Amino acid sequence: MTVKDLLETKKFNLENEGVNLENPIEDVYIGDLLSWVMSHANKKCAWITVQTHMNIVAVAVLLEMSCIILPEDLKPDENTAKKALEEDIPIFSTSLNAYEIACLFKDMM
Amino acid sequence: MSSIYEMDYNVGSRDFAAAGDASRSIKRTLQQIGVDTSVVRRIAIASYEAEMNIAIHSKGGKMHLAVNSDKVVVATEDFGPGIENVDLAMTEGWSTATDEIREMGFGAGMGLPNMKKCSDEFSIESSVPEGTRIKMIFKL
Repeated sequence: MTVKDLLETKKFNLENEGVNLENPIEDVYIGDLLSWVMSHANKKCAWITVQTHMNIVAVAVLLEMSCIILPEDLKPDENTAKKALEEDIPIFSTSLNAYEIACLFKDMM
Repeated sequence: MSSIYEMDYNVGSRDFAAAGDASRSIKRTLQQIGVDTSVVRRIAIASYEAEMNIAIHSKGGKMHLAVNSDKVVVATEDFGPGIENVDLAMTEGWSTATDEIREMGFGAGMGLPNMKKCSDEFSIESSVPEGTRIKMIFKL
């Protein structure tokens, strides 16, 4: 599946319009401790986190993640969305919680 | 032996907007040079941890990248306040981060252990209040 497929479910809102949506999603990772995520998440993953500050973009870029998903109606900080657009990392928001997002991925992947 | 490529980066204290930029730049440089992707990943993780440690805990500092034909060296130095007990700081889960920093997802006490784990050679020297120096070597 690709990042674009998330939009087709109508359950995710893209928070940085203009970003590339063609990247494949090959894994899913859930975590909020950045050092832990840095040492465990795989590249080309969709990362589900409640962190909304700018440093999540650095983590996503360094690990070559495919997108970031903010659960439970969280929104990225304004400069986070801007930085993510510059770095071409899609950020989605959704009303689903992390478990519900993971279940959705299980059906789609 | 002289290095094929060298670069210095400044890291500001508490400058979370720019924090991560040096590591991103180091990663891109290594990719352009053609360093193996699994080695680049280890260097990126270790550099990020080092950079965030400078941003979170120090009064600011510098990172230095040197690429040789057989190794990559990432060295950091900061302007204090230094680490009182380095052995304790190397323990997984031990952290002096404030609640505010922890809420941002930092301060898990994994930074220094991650750096050691990712590098082939790791050394740290610290004195209070002068500062901390870290040297990490990654074999190619």
